[in-house]
Amino acid sequence: MPTSLINADSLLAIDVGAVSTRAMLFDVVDGRYRFLAAGLAPSTAEAPFFDVGEGIRRAIDHLHLITGREFIGPDEQLIIPSKPNGSGVDTCVATVSAGTPLKVVAIGLLEDISTESAVRLASTTYAQVVDKLSLNDRRKQAARIDSILRLRPDLVIVAGGTEDGASQSVISLLEPVGLACYLSPEGQRPEVLYAGNHSLVDEVESLLGSLVHLSVSPNIRPALDVEQLSVAQPELAQVYRSIRVRDLNGVQELDGWAGGKLIPTATAFGRMVRFLSHVYDSAKGVFGVDIGASATVLAAGFSGDVHLGVYTDLCLGQNVTGILENSSVEGIARWLPVDIPASEIQDYIYNKSLHPYTLPASQEALALEQALARQAMQIGVKRLLDGLPTHIRTSGHGLMPLFEPIVATGSILTNTPSRGQTLLTLLDGLQPTGVTTMVLDQNNIMPALGAAAGINSILPVQVLESSTFMNLGTVISPSGSAPYGALALRVKVKQEGSTEATLEIKHGTLEVIPLPLGKAANLHLQPLNRFDVGMGGPGRGGSVRVVGGVLGVIIDARGRPLRLPKEDARRRDLLKKWIWTLGG
Amino acid sequence: MLSPITHFLPITTIRRERLLPVQGRVLVRKGQKVSASDVVAEARLAPEHIVLDIARGLGLSAQKADAALQFQAGDEVSEGDVVAGPVGIGRRVIRAPRGGRVVIAGGGQVLVEMESPPFELKAGIPGLVTELFTDRGAEIETTGALIQAVWGNGKVDFGLLTVLLSDPNDAIAADLLDVSHRGAVVLGGYCGSADVINLADEIPLRGLILSSMDSVLEPLAMKVNVPIVILEGFGQIPMNATAFKLLSTNERREVAVNAEGRNRLAVTRPEVVIPLPASGQVSLPVEMLDFSPGQQVRVISAPKRAQTGTLVSLRPGLTVLPSGVRAQAADVRFESGETAIFPLANLEVLA
Repeated sequence: MPTSLINADSLLAIDVGAVSTRAMLFDVVDGRYRFLAAGLAPSTAEAPFFDVGEGIRRAIDHLHLITGREFIGPDEQLIIPSKPNGSGVDTCVATVSAGTPLKVVAIGLLEDISTESAVRLASTTYAQVVDKLSLNDRRKQAARIDSILRLRPDLVIVAGGTEDGASQSVISLLEPVGLACYLSPEGQRPEVLYAGNHSLVDEVESLLGSLVHLSVSPNIRPALDVEQLSVAQPELAQVYRSIRVRDLNGVQELDGWAGGKLIPTATAFGRMVRFLSHVYDSAKGVFGVDIGASATVLAAGFSGDVHLGVYTDLCLGQNVTGILENSSVEGIARWLPVDIPASEIQDYIYNKSLHPYTLPASQEALALEQALARQAMQIGVKRLLDGLPTHIRTSGHGLMPLFEPIVATGSILTNTPSRGQTLLTLLDGLQPTGVTTMVLDQNNIMPALGAAAGINSILPVQVLESSTFMNLGTVISPSGSAPYGALALRVKVKQEGSTEATLEIKHGTLEVIPLPLGKAANLHLQPLNRFDVGMGGPGRGGSVRVVGGVLGVIIDARGRPLRLPKEDARRRDLLKKWIWTLGG
Repeated sequence: MLSPITHFLPITTIRRERLLPVQGRVLVRKGQKVSASDVVAEARLAPEHIVLDIARGLGLSAQKADAALQFQAGDEVSEGDVVAGPVGIGRRVIRAPRGGRVVIAGGGQVLVEMESPPFELKAGIPGLVTELFTDRGAEIETTGALIQAVWGNGKVDFGLLTVLLSDPNDAIAADLLDVSHRGAVVLGGYCGSADVINLADEIPLRGLILSSMDSVLEPLAMKVNVPIVILEGFGQIPMNATAFKLLSTNERREVAVNAEGRNRLAVTRPEVVIPLPASGQVSLPVEMLDFSPGQQVRVISAPKRAQTGTLVSLRPGLTVLPSGVRAQAADVRFESGETAIFPLANLEVLA
């Protein structure tokens, strides 16, 4: 149902990424909010500027060139609110992912339980866990102190102690933190986020409060079998904001423009997935993926409950070697439709790390970067699924739950020669199951909408209702264990104004049912050989109404998990065939 | 669009801030002449501590144990010193297992920071100390040739330059190195052999300047003590003509190899400096430029990685690259006369 316009404020969203800074303008057109344009400039957190402000001004200048609208006044400040002559904007929101990942020490009582929760909480922002302390840790007190002093973390996350549970053990785990902070110069002490047993807050405050900036959130592990990371995410976002304000020149001014509400880009992305999970089919979740130079961000939302994974070691920027460290050259090479020697693949990754701004100019380079994106998504999805509650149903162990839709963004997906390549990269990397719509955020505005949602709840709704997002197509992915070549699915297609057609899909194949963009069709799906299309279990089918995307309707019966042939030549031929199937 | 800049300059003023990552002690004075390997500041980056549980050791309550303390916070202790005690009939004592400084004493425990060699921050380039930063370091200025690298293994040293390649395409092999190169900084080409790196460390060389290196050798290169810089990147990449000419014409001169890792959020980048006397005032290198026609540029990504040429024109709007990706692009003409299109993101200005 269309939403009505309540608040007619124009909005400028600024996103400072590791590689690019974007200035995005949203305003009211014909009574509804629309995304109007985006200005783009290289980020300038690094040499020679060491100030994100220069990149922001250049992005705004670019936006001015596109729109003709003045944003910066003679005092070099953002014109806010807008003026009757049309210059300026009424509101501004800001997101940041630039800067090195926060170094985090995760503390919990038990390594496999609360410490793991602290680690998972760290993985919901741009962070890298550099050490873990728990009761299982055999190191002596002095070694723990030395470790903290040596690593100089930006943040210590403390979990542990169920509500009204263990207390003294938690406090004793904090003693090396207190001593290390005492021994560090004042300006070099970490922030501490306490997310443990709430009854200990006063004791923690008296132990650490005079030494560090202490933030307190509700307990992320209130009971042994309950983990609630989302309750600590607002505090974590605040801590991230204060560290970036301290460490990156220009962020403080940007935060001022945004009324002190600057948030991590990934948090804004997760907020948007949460929002969508309220809007869409509650029987399924909503999934979001953003592959960027700072991190691969994955978010799975189920009726407002979002599970966010921010994987800084799986990015396509300076830390791209992390993908190699988390897998192997062979793991990346398996996605290549062309033969590139292993040594060249590794050299390419190392060179990308030296020059993270570079673009894939040749087809081989593009294939390699898409292979890296696939591998990053594969590893990221596995990590995210490991942390999902067990009650979320999947078609099999290690498979993706049912999602509707899957929204994707990131320049490796949006700046491709064909949407077929975008879709195949996503299908290989994520390997969705059942019936889902693949949506591309081609203007990379998801985080901007998430940030805007904090001050203007109408704007993201109306922008989503516009045609800003691209429907790549409905994807039907049966999963099962029959041999390749066996029938997996019978599909009856009934388009308006045409006769019914029946297709039989074999296991191992990728097929496209042409359906013009925006045109609806009814599909009757009948899984065969106990394949599962997410309609109630193996062999169960049903009817579904679908709307054509730019690639029509895609039946991905290649198998879940997708197993590629071991023989190189055959595998490459198949990869080429699949690209060709999706339009090249 | 802003361009990244790399310097291959025959003569320039080089000014570098050398700063400790933590507070420490500055060891130079303003106006002092320093060599590349002189220590300008030192700090304890990773001090080791030991906790002495004197209450348990003496078999006393924390309060009584505190009364038996022989040292207070801030006191220096030597190995074997009695930290607490003697107490009781047995004259029980707690001794310091190693020398150090008491940092906290009380509550039945003593925390001692052990003696350990400090981290030494080297000057990196020879020159004059022009500014001091309290407890953090100094600024050093010199004139000379500047050749910036893309990767370094974190070490710093200086020595006489020996050129072991006659062509930018040459590779360095282990049999080109021998004991006569001890103390020299060697200009090699592409390195694809672990033997070269091991031998460079064994001889030892004072520095190894490479055009490129196989990425599989990176972990080994990080371990050795000889400073190693690479000018172009990983893989088999010839040295660009500008850097080759600049370095090979300065053979037998003293060069400083500062192979510190590149930190994009700080002012650190691996580089080679050849100190040269300057007649009159020599300007500082340009650090900020927008792309414009006429600039000397280097290609920093395949294809044609490391080739240098002249930016002929900036293309309007977005250009579709051979990969199909759309980007802002420019036409670049190489010395051979060939002209090709590159995304601006894959170019850097040589200035």
